[in-house]
Amino acid sequence: MAIDETTYAELEQIAARYPQARSGLLPMLHLVQSAEGRVTPEGIDACAEILGLTSAEVSGVATFYTMYKRRPVGDYHVGVCTNTLCAVMGGDEIMATLQQHLGIGNDETTEDSPDHPHSVSLEHIECNAACDYAPVVMVNWEFVDNQTPQSAVELVDDLRNGVERHSTRGPRLCTWREAERVLAGFEDDLVDEGPAAGEPSLAGLRIAAQTSREESGRE
Amino acid sequence: MSERASEKLMPVLTASWADDRSWTLAAYEARGGYAALDTAFAMAPDDVVTLVKDAGLRGRGGAGFPTGMKWSFIPKDSPKPTYLVVNADESEPGTCKDIPLMMASPHTLVEGVIISAYAIGAERAFIYVRGEVLHVVRRLRAAVREAYAAGHLGTDIHGSGYDLELVVHAGAGAYICGEETALLDSLEGRRGQPRLRPPFPAVAGLYASPTVINNAESIATVPSIVAHGAEWFAAMGTEKSNGFGIFSLSGHVRRPGQYEAQLGITLRELIELAGGVREGHELKFWTPGGSSTPLFTAEHLDVPLDFESVAAAGSMLGTRALQIFDDTVCVVRAVLRWTEFYKHESCGKCTPCREGTWWLVQTLAALEKGQGSEADLDLLLDQCDNILGRSFCALGDGATSSITSSIQYFRDEYVAHLTHGGCPFDPAASTAWADSVGRVAGGDSVGRVAGDDSVGRVAGTSASEGRRIETTPGQGGDR
Repeated sequence: MAIDETTYAELEQIAARYPQARSGLLPMLHLVQSAEGRVTPEGIDACAEILGLTSAEVSGVATFYTMYKRRPVGDYHVGVCTNTLCAVMGGDEIMATLQQHLGIGNDETTEDSPDHPHSVSLEHIECNAACDYAPVVMVNWEFVDNQTPQSAVELVDDLRNGVERHSTRGPRLCTWREAERVLAGFEDDLVDEGPAAGEPSLAGLRIAAQTSREESGRE
Repeated sequence: MSERASEKLMPVLTASWADDRSWTLAAYEARGGYAALDTAFAMAPDDVVTLVKDAGLRGRGGAGFPTGMKWSFIPKDSPKPTYLVVNADESEPGTCKDIPLMMASPHTLVEGVIISAYAIGAERAFIYVRGEVLHVVRRLRAAVREAYAAGHLGTDIHGSGYDLELVVHAGAGAYICGEETALLDSLEGRRGQPRLRPPFPAVAGLYASPTVINNAESIATVPSIVAHGAEWFAAMGTEKSNGFGIFSLSGHVRRPGQYEAQLGITLRELIELAGGVREGHELKFWTPGGSSTPLFTAEHLDVPLDFESVAAAGSMLGTRALQIFDDTVCVVRAVLRWTEFYKHESCGKCTPCREGTWWLVQTLAALEKGQGSEADLDLLLDQCDNILGRSFCALGDGATSSITSSIQYFRDEYVAHLTHGGCPFDPAASTAWADSVGRVAGGDSVGRVAGDDSVGRVAGTSASEGRRIETTPGQGGDR
């Protein structure tokens, strides 16, 4: 099915943000994923048409980046960090537990069913820059920190069952397609949800504050 | 706690992170935010460049190149526009400083962008942030929106006559885009592959125009230098590594987290601040600056963490990403996993990296299973020798760091895999929950996020199930 008019206009809007329109291609592909659920041939054609590129040139870009999916992912895309630090801290065990629990492998998606109205897909991911919260799980690119096999199982069960869940230092978890729209540059209303930082981010600051309190106490 | 260690802490960039709604313009301005802009606008742009040079700020993205000098390479007579690009594609394994910075205080970065762009004469700037951090992207965009509305961005900023447009650009998942020229190709809407240098970005960068690319922490540091002066900054740190930086401790310490401190602090001091290595265990190996920097061991606990001292000891300060591994961790497993990462992230442009990282994984994976012979260690070193210095960019070089250093310090452990017929370690012993069995809940797990109590943290699956399944050749590289 062709890209609808609204999406097409938004794709043009993204290209117009840049001195050279082609710079908009990455966010445009994020918007295609939001509208289509994946990078579709129609989405590639629309980007190519707007930017004056061939479809092959756009495909060449889309296939380079791991966030672009050519097969549908779940409503909730769950990424388990299995780079060294998180793997050692338990990420490997979390990944294995989730695969077994969900009955799917890496890069696969659960089927919808009356029991589970929402689908979940699973991917082992590389370092997501939250090593002080290891082991880390991402849901639609939001942080779910300090996970265990048990907490990760509860997380995916809740997501599949439609129970609202929040990032451990962010907002309520939106769907993957909603997330892709934000990455394309269209703001939602969740920016003020969640804290400024989790405790590990504040570790040094807390000690420095205590030290300066003690010093002023002596003076 | 020794006073010496805590005295080296220097919260500047992190100072506001515990403030209520610290990410908002109101909170930032309440702390004096955007005042440094007026100080900068009262100076000639070249004087701002000189100020940053005099401060001795060196790039916080790993290479440590002097920031002010990089700025001074921008040609004065170019007919093309000049661009400032912020590298916020934080992806180096172990590195986790820019993401919390942009989450908690995006305006610090935005103010830094405005001052830095003014200094180099850029009227357009971009923040290239990795795509896999949704809430950070939200906070950045909101900060930019607020800054425009308040007149900190746009035309005639603060009545100075200076104009600046700033775009937040989300990437799409590719470690290589942290390499500055690959980042430029990516920002131009192409596959993120590095470019041949020269020409350097200062001459022909974004859209073949003069471009400065700086790491997010480098740029975020600029407002503090403008506010407090070059001498204030240069008085901190060590002789050639001035100032402060965020040190990120992760892994087997009691309080992993961000510790902003003067350069030259040691790991011994940082581990003391972090409450020590995990109870009942000892430090085995660590990365000083992410997985691309050669491993250190307990013998390096007192190396001052500045650019010169770490290099003299055989590694690199990198991004101050201190990943701490205790005596339960198999170094071969750790190194294999990093090597799989480099294989997956190799962009494929040059043969030594594309083919070499594949062969490294083959050789290491066999050794980890106890297959092969001791001669394979020399084969590994030979493979590394054919990649290091022969690759197009630093990704290939970085892939060899953990391999050569681990063979240097832990050759016996590789051999033990051969004599043992596999890995002699139990991966379950390394997990975050391994030591909570039988321990009083909440006892000493300070720093863990609230709600993540130790109930239910007992390991549920056997160690053998914990091994990653997807390591067959060709499956990882899906591009």
